[in-house]
Amino acid sequence: MKAVVIGCGRVGSSVAKALVRHGWDVVAIDENEDALTRLGEDWKGGFLVGHGMDVELLREAGADEAEAAVVATNGDNTNIVVGQVLEKRFDIGCVVVRILDPARAELYSTLGLRIVCPTSSAISVLIEAARSCEIRPERATA
Amino acid sequence: MYVLVAGGGKVGANVTRTLISWGHEVTLIEQRRDRFERLEAEFEHRVQVGDATEMFVLERAGIRRPPDLLVAVTGDDVDNIVICQMAREHFGVQKVIARVNDPRNQEHFDLLGIQPTVSATANVLAMIEHEVPEHELIHLLELKRESLEIVEVQIVKDSPSVGKRIDRLSLPDGSRLISVMREGRAWIADEATELQAGDQVLAILEAGKEEELRGVLLKR
Repeated sequence: MKAVVIGCGRVGSSVAKALVRHGWDVVAIDENEDALTRLGEDWKGGFLVGHGMDVELLREAGADEAEAAVVATNGDNTNIVVGQVLEKRFDIGCVVVRILDPARAELYSTLGLRIVCPTSSAISVLIEAARSCEIRPERATA
Repeated sequence: MYVLVAGGGKVGANVTRTLISWGHEVTLIEQRRDRFERLEAEFEHRVQVGDATEMFVLERAGIRRPPDLLVAVTGDDVDNIVICQMAREHFGVQKVIARVNDPRNQEHFDLLGIQPTVSATANVLAMIEHEVPEHELIHLLELKRESLEIVEVQIVKDSPSVGKRIDRLSLPDGSRLISVMREGRAWIADEATELQAGDQVLAILEAGKEEELRGVLLKR
């Protein structure tokens, strides 16, 4: 199974490594060639330097045959557009897009993109963590 | 008409200025603080500061009314795409115009159905085609929504149409010759106009008729 990972920062590189551990053929793309170091010395997948909007680069990365794509650059709008290009132009069945802005995440998820919004997740987790704190009796008001 | 302009660079500022002088209501959104302050000195309350790809910025600028037209002319193509998509899909804006900064991104605008688009590079290239005579058929204007295009055809001396009246040419259905330019003068073409070598002919045609028209006017 083949996957392309666009954006090889903290998130993208970890996802790429995990997919390789699960037996996927992975090609990662990042604008910055230093991002390769995040993948570790024993990286067995592919790595290309360039922008996710570059169709030729996506093709070179194997987007034509890929079954899955993860889009996690540091730009929400880039992720939104690249995700749609991978879905519509390259017909990849499973495209997962990271969007940090909860408003855009909700909108594009209603438009049919498969969105992961770490900000929304963090908000829920933080609220849950705060609410589950044990309140010391002397501070409890009611 | 109420128009929302995203991006206050040279293009956005001039579009805003002109639309206001035509009597339209305009709100301009500019992200950069320094640029915003210069624009505010000229446009006052008509300019707002913020990232036009943020929904609350668009809402504050009045996108829920919604505007009759949204013009996305920031210097960033992905931003222009996202602004147009949000305006159309979420806020129900009927008409959008987007600027393409890097012509290599044109195909993404086309793929996502964002049109019409405006690209300075594409315009310069079209102008070069127009000025360089070895191109026999060049595209002057593409009306994507209407599925029509206007082309210019350079009639050369061995063209099959030389010496023929327009009503004697079997022009493809869905095409029409508009005008003939000869020795620096232009005429509106009618059925009696006779084509000569060296003529520059403007034609309007439906999408997909180009090869047929080329065959009638240029190829033996």
